[in-house]
Amino acid sequence: MTVTAAPATRPTADRPDLTRAALSGRRRFTNRLATAAIWGAVLLAVVPLALVTYTVVSKGAGVMSPSFLTEDIPNSYRRVGGGMAPAIIGTLLITGAAALMAIPLGVFGAIYLNEYGKQRPLARLIRLMADVMTGVPSIVMGLFIYIAWVRLVGQFTGFAGALALACLMLPVVIRSSEEMLRLVPEELRQASMALGARKWKTTLTVVLPAAISGITSGSLLAVARAAGETAPIIIVTGIAFSPNWNLFDGSNTALPAQIFRNASTSFPAAQDRAWGAALTLIVIVLGFTIIARFISSRFAIKER
Amino acid sequence: MASNDTDLTTRPSVAVHAPGSTAAGAETTTAPVMQLRDVSVYYGSYEAVRGTSMPIQQNQVTAMIGPSGCGKSTVLRALNRMNDPIPGARVSGDVLYHGQDLYARDVDPIQVRRRIGMVFQKPNPFPKSIYDNVAYGLRINGIKGRLDDHVEAALTQAALWDEVKDKLRKSALALSGGQQQRLCIARTIAVKPEVILMDEPCSALDPIATAKIEDLMFELTNDYTIVIVTHNMQQAARVSHYTAFFTAEVDDKQVRHGRLVEFSQTGKLFTNPADKRTEDYITGRFG
Repeated sequence: MTVTAAPATRPTADRPDLTRAALSGRRRFTNRLATAAIWGAVLLAVVPLALVTYTVVSKGAGVMSPSFLTEDIPNSYRRVGGGMAPAIIGTLLITGAAALMAIPLGVFGAIYLNEYGKQRPLARLIRLMADVMTGVPSIVMGLFIYIAWVRLVGQFTGFAGALALACLMLPVVIRSSEEMLRLVPEELRQASMALGARKWKTTLTVVLPAAISGITSGSLLAVARAAGETAPIIIVTGIAFSPNWNLFDGSNTALPAQIFRNASTSFPAAQDRAWGAALTLIVIVLGFTIIARFISSRFAIKER
Repeated sequence: MASNDTDLTTRPSVAVHAPGSTAAGAETTTAPVMQLRDVSVYYGSYEAVRGTSMPIQQNQVTAMIGPSGCGKSTVLRALNRMNDPIPGARVSGDVLYHGQDLYARDVDPIQVRRRIGMVFQKPNPFPKSIYDNVAYGLRINGIKGRLDDHVEAALTQAALWDEVKDKLRKSALALSGGQQQRLCIARTIAVKPEVILMDEPCSALDPIATAKIEDLMFELTNDYTIVIVTHNMQQAARVSHYTAFFTAEVDDKQVRHGRLVEFSQTGKLFTNPADKRTEDYITGRFG
């Protein structure tokens, strides 16, 4: 009663003042403060990113040339010129092999966790172990592979690096894929089930396609992260100055390891090569990210 | 619009069928497709629905009505073993389909669901094209060749073909809610089940879309047996031949259970209910 009566008793003839000036001073002040704080936070986040990009591009562009991408690494740090071809090849091979191992395993693991294991003790244990593995420092993973694989086969290999990177990627792929599978609405599984589909069929034909874009981008981001890992590469792949296309025989190298080695010398020529390698690595990682974006928009569920 | 015309002509005929004294009613006194015998559904140790016995007659619409939490959806889902994946869900009593207990040890739930389909409360098309939505059930059931014909037939039967025939490759998610629900019905009938279970199929739809689905249900009774759960008593009165009224009751241990109060032909249940609780509910004194 009182609710309906109130508008009638209010003086309705006045035109309500809808301008911003009609707000109280305190509210206008709070608004300005919040806006300023948000802009400040954006700037703070963008400034380091822009500076890193600017520094790497300006210092790396000097040595960047077709020969830098195709020539061998000089045996002596002091020597001017040479290139990073062995490290580029090593990075692509090692990261690629790691992705081939970690992504299928991780996606299958995520399917087990979300579609089959759910809250069973085994699934909870795997989830816990994956979380613990995410927190393992990459150098520890490198040492683990050194003991478990390098010592066993008796030599540094690119494959050992791939194993270490795969171990680092695996928990990330599992957890991000599981998260994506969790987002698939339960109604879709029910609809498929009500049509007489078996569980594996539902998973393969309904759940996985609905989650594939998220799984792809999550996996490729894990690949991009692994491509930048330095410590395990230094520990388990050894060093190479000419391209080694064989992952299973002989030492190899990768861009992050070369950045580390060249940057930590006092020779300007080596430092230039480190900047060039850094630029190359950033471009490669950017490439992965763009591919991830492209694939996820390609597979994204279209509304129209 | 054409659909409005059929609207007006089909509805009274449902009402005529419903009292059951007519020839149409007499024809259906054959053996029921499904028969529930003292069915109780448990979630863990909690008995959600207690002792339900009722028949599901062939080529008829059977409605389940009752207040929220009375277990009507639970019973519906028990009819094609949709409760199976819920941890702790269990059924006692017999759910007979052509005399076979659906919960017998050697019964494959997949086989059950291929014959007893389901349409859900919220339209849930797959995030695929309209065509692939309808073809999905055919593909997983290994029906090869002439898929186009099957898809067209199902969409036509679901009264959706004319609206979508030019955009079969477009995403099903671009359709309106009512169209999506008819697509879900088309998807269900494409695999030619014998029984279609509908769990409040119109509760997310506007009145016009609801009217279309109701017309469609009437058409579908030529080929299918329909069981519908609805919150809407008018809807039950309009579309169904038989109605089961459920309610929630509290036993002496203060535990709530869903109970089937009354099952009879729709006309009788709404005009001359045998139970006081049914009368209170349909006259709006309760629930």
